[in-house]
Amino acid sequence: MTAPDEPRVDDHPHEHGHPHPPARPDTDDALTYYKAMEVAVRELLIEKGVISAEDVRRAIEAMDARNPAQGARVVARAWTDPAYKARLLADPNAAIKELGVEPGAYRLVVLENTPRQHNLVVCTLCSCYPRGVLGLPPDWYKSRAYRSRAVREPRAVLREFGTEIPDTVEVRVHDSTADMRYLVLPERPAGSEALSESELAELVSRDSMIGVARARAPS
Amino acid sequence: MTTSEAAPRFRPGDPVRVRFADPPGHIRTPWYIRGRAGVVERLCGSFGNPEELAYNRPGTPRQPLYRVRFRQAQIWPDYRGAGTDTVDIEIYQHWLEPGDAR
Repeated sequence: MTAPDEPRVDDHPHEHGHPHPPARPDTDDALTYYKAMEVAVRELLIEKGVISAEDVRRAIEAMDARNPAQGARVVARAWTDPAYKARLLADPNAAIKELGVEPGAYRLVVLENTPRQHNLVVCTLCSCYPRGVLGLPPDWYKSRAYRSRAVREPRAVLREFGTEIPDTVEVRVHDSTADMRYLVLPERPAGSEALSESELAELVSRDSMIGVARARAPS
Repeated sequence: MTTSEAAPRFRPGDPVRVRFADPPGHIRTPWYIRGRAGVVERLCGSFGNPEELAYNRPGTPRQPLYRVRFRQAQIWPDYRGAGTDTVDIEIYQHWLEPGDAR
């Protein structure tokens, strides 16, 4: 918001003896209609004392504190404790709470990968994601390309993530369109028999819990 | 006040067909699945109707929500992959009709 009588920063000569390549344009997102709407509503709510700036900051910090390591702990426990795995598949929210992770308001469905089935999660309509367990979704998960292609050509998308699924294995796509949220339970990698639960958790990437990758092989 | 909730019409394993309709407003049934035939995988419970909630209406009667399984090869004529590949989608009951018996 530059006042009309304020001098513009480029109102002085830039000549200083040598040329520069043109500056790369900033990649800051454009202030879209809905972003402007969010800023306006937030500022009004704060101005009217409905919420405080500190409330907003705390909510953002709580959101940022959730991360895929929580989901990885859940997976590692399921790999090492068959009774826990059975509870996780039967009642995911309760089983996740057992580990001190707050799964959030949505009901989770845990999808088990097996030698015969590979599960892949997408939200074709928007960006529904198990944020309570995995934190914020990666940008590609929200992209139109992923949302449209994961459902139409999942095997090609998987291949682009380096995940080759043979035709003898069923690919099951799960379109998260409504009130459920999905967590993939990847297969425990071969050669991981001697690892501890916390070492196992390190093999569980975010991508493997969305289903675009397998769990890492132990090094 | 009683909570108004529609009674579930379908059970896991039932063949169903997604209604082919194009109403205005906030719709949670993806376009690519309208008019398609699938099988109920599970009943997820009953939820406020998002087509109503989106406009700050109460969302009642609450709608049973199902996960319906479709064969990829039947949805995409040019689908490349195993014939057994599937896609599961959450569909609210008011978008489902009984499917053809198989």
